[in-house]
Amino acid sequence: MALLTLLILVGLAVAAVRTRDLLAAVAISGAYSLMMAVLWSQMNALDVAFTEAAVGAGIATMLMLAALLRVGTKEGRAGCRILRHPLMTMQDLSARMRKHEARRSSWGALIVCLMVGAVLVYGTIDMPRVGDADSPANTHPKVAEHYIGKSKAEVGPANIVTSVLGDYRGYDTMGETVVIFTAALCVLLLLRQGGPVGRRDED
Amino acid sequence: MKTERSPIIRYIALRAVPFIQLYALYVLGHGEDGPGGGFQGGVIFAASFVLMALVFGYGRGREDAPEKATDLLAPIGCIIYAGIGLICLLLGGAFLEYGRLAGEGASEHAKHAAHHFGLIGIEAGVMITVTAAMTTLFFEMARDAHVDHGQDRAADDGEEDGDA
Repeated sequence: MALLTLLILVGLAVAAVRTRDLLAAVAISGAYSLMMAVLWSQMNALDVAFTEAAVGAGIATMLMLAALLRVGTKEGRAGCRILRHPLMTMQDLSARMRKHEARRSSWGALIVCLMVGAVLVYGTIDMPRVGDADSPANTHPKVAEHYIGKSKAEVGPANIVTSVLGDYRGYDTMGETVVIFTAALCVLLLLRQGGPVGRRDED
Repeated sequence: MKTERSPIIRYIALRAVPFIQLYALYVLGHGEDGPGGGFQGGVIFAASFVLMALVFGYGRGREDAPEKATDLLAPIGCIIYAGIGLICLLLGGAFLEYGRLAGEGASEHAKHAAHHFGLIGIEAGVMITVTAAMTTLFFEMARDAHVDHGQDRAADDGEEDGDA
């Protein structure tokens, strides 16, 4: 089953890269996320699957659509419509993009991709098998064994993931929340027009 | 450009929104016993505003999630999270040591209840920040380019959306 999901994932990834219509690419990447969620749930990682479905297939797709409203749905002339953006000098970039378009086949990029891919595949050789009970991550006495054996008594929730995120690693989750907040803050600073300081006028 | 969404889409979207939001709260509350939690709940809650904006236009979506509210709530969620940690600190415990919320030398049972309370509290903080941040991200990105077809229809939608 997992193999079928993986095959669909590869197919979707290729389709997303191949299509010239960015709207279709966004829709395909949403489908990719959904299949990813299916894969996570096949691997019994339900919390991750849930997050992937909600964030990857849901909100992220919507954000990409919102971005398409700004850049248009045709690949290649994306730079032209961002020109008015205050922080980017797009003239250079779009000129460079047009030059790139002229010579589309670039062997250098292919070689870099293959090399990075080879390194990644090499990295997976040492990885334990999926769900291996004897893998270091699953046998560490202070981490996995402790969480699985004692989280119910120490923290309370039946869902160990919640115990880890909210309690054992509560500090990390706080940082994560601040990261989300920072993302919203940055978008506000970059995109919101006017505002009390009126920074548009200074540009 | 004016595009009128089909009445089927508008009817279903309007009816679905309360259930989406209710489900988001369920996901938040159920995070302790199953998959879910503040993050997922927040994203689902934000999705309800996005749905309103997609179906009824940018202006109508912003009406449900006003700029002031999302701007204010995004930091408030972080403050709730860090605040709970600080309260634990002030009560003599470690940062985010929820058991301390019951006070020093509390019974095991009270500590457990306090722990539960602390966890729900921080998850609620996460949910508030995520909802506000995701809503902000969507609306700010769609701001300049939006095609507003909700302005003159806001009046005739008025009596329908009392429950949303």
